[in-house]
Amino acid sequence: MSRESDRRSGRPCRSISRRDFLKGTAAGIAGAAFPFGSTIVSVWESFFQKHFREMSQDEIRDVIERLQREYSEKFDTRIDINARKAIPGTLFGYGLDLSRCIGCRRCVYACVRENNQSRDPQVHWITVLRFKKGEKWVNDLEGAEKYYYPEKVPEEGFFYMPVQCQQCENPPCVKACPTQATWKEPDGIVVIDYNWCIGCRYCMAACPYGARRFNWGRPRIPKEELNTETHYLGNRPRYVGVVEKCTFCIQRTRAGRYPACVEICPVGARKFGNLLDPNSEIRYCIENKRVFRLKEDLNTLPKFYYFFAT
Amino acid sequence: MGHPGERRTWHLCAAALFLLLMPLFHPSEPSAEEDIPKFFVPPPPFSEGIFPCSQCHAGMEANPTRRELSYHTEIAKGFNHAADQRWCLDCHNPDDRDKLRLASGKLVSFEESYYLCGQCHGTIFRDWKAGVHGKRTGYWRGKKEYRLCVHCHNPHRPRFKPIKPLPPPMKPEDIKYRELSPEEIPRNPLNEILRSERVERK
Repeated sequence: MSRESDRRSGRPCRSISRRDFLKGTAAGIAGAAFPFGSTIVSVWESFFQKHFREMSQDEIRDVIERLQREYSEKFDTRIDINARKAIPGTLFGYGLDLSRCIGCRRCVYACVRENNQSRDPQVHWITVLRFKKGEKWVNDLEGAEKYYYPEKVPEEGFFYMPVQCQQCENPPCVKACPTQATWKEPDGIVVIDYNWCIGCRYCMAACPYGARRFNWGRPRIPKEELNTETHYLGNRPRYVGVVEKCTFCIQRTRAGRYPACVEICPVGARKFGNLLDPNSEIRYCIENKRVFRLKEDLNTLPKFYYFFAT
Repeated sequence: MGHPGERRTWHLCAAALFLLLMPLFHPSEPSAEEDIPKFFVPPPPFSEGIFPCSQCHAGMEANPTRRELSYHTEIAKGFNHAADQRWCLDCHNPDDRDKLRLASGKLVSFEESYYLCGQCHGTIFRDWKAGVHGKRTGYWRGKKEYRLCVHCHNPHRPRFKPIKPLPPPMKPEDIKYRELSPEEIPRNPLNEILRSERVERK
């Protein structure tokens, strides 16, 4: 109703313009959304947390302290988070020997154990695909079987191919992210900041390998199975509504160790090393075996090499 | 064009220089032993009480004939490693049973059994030395933990036995949100299977 009609009807006119009304409402909502109590300081801090790559060392330390406080409240145990930087002169590469893989899925669950994936709703970073020998080539990921469950593996007439994040040098997921919550680190690992991810899942649509996973529900992990040695960009506990994926076990590999999937593999099919070191295992594979990468035609330049050693 | 004799002198000088410098361009090939990393963490996986072999074999006469064994029956029964071409003393040293014997007659200890395996499996031996064949644990940058061939392959029956796979992922339609008490959160099936495999090995 306009002021003109108010005057005519004889009611007193309270002159609140539409602009004032909207301003007041916005302030009110903002006030309600960000409470000022002492217990919710961390809400404030997390809301105004800077982008990970723009933070100074001190700011990163403060953020980690806050997260450790939050996690210890949530899980009732101390969780160590580090933000170890890439080792200069490293570019990580991975090799997987398809002639040895037996499809036993030990790697899938060793990854779950190491990287604190949600047990329910279930999240796996590695998918093992089963192919019938001589039927289709491995680029047809959608046509492969991932729910196979025989009594014993390997089975006659099949071969197996585990797929996880290929750590592309030219990663399409990074280009798709509207908040720059995912990026490629100097050692070639594509990481996600779970505090910056808004859960739009554009990256999942962009990934040609189906390597990214979404937390549809609040992640749940039994307390005694938590891995408390974590990295900020890796296996620290995640939130509902964020995307996650393989990071080559950033918390282990930046400390010089092998990824968990390499160490569990009972047939030694998984190889890992520094692509810039001519004496590394991965360089030996590339130089001496017939390696290929998945969907090479997409120019994503994966650093994950498959090969048949025998 | 110089005098023919002069030319010969030059040739001789060049040849001498070449011979002198040759070692610089062709460093001596590293022997097989040199390029093998010395990081064997676990000792050879002997069955309990079986080593040293000389405990029993010291006073025994070596018998190279293929026959029904009265001891080591487990080994003999499952023996499947080019069994037609091979019998005990082709690898085990007849005189000092605590050693293995290469085709050359050289004796090697059980800690270095890879020399024995490498006699036939040369390409695999080469990959293994480079760190590519077989399982690696430890540090990609630092101390790599190797294993002997026999840690993964039973030398008398080297082919791997099929194993039970871990469960497949849940199908999207089966993932339903449900209230769970902390005890009801599903446990990682890996821990269970590793425990049972450890028990089996014992």
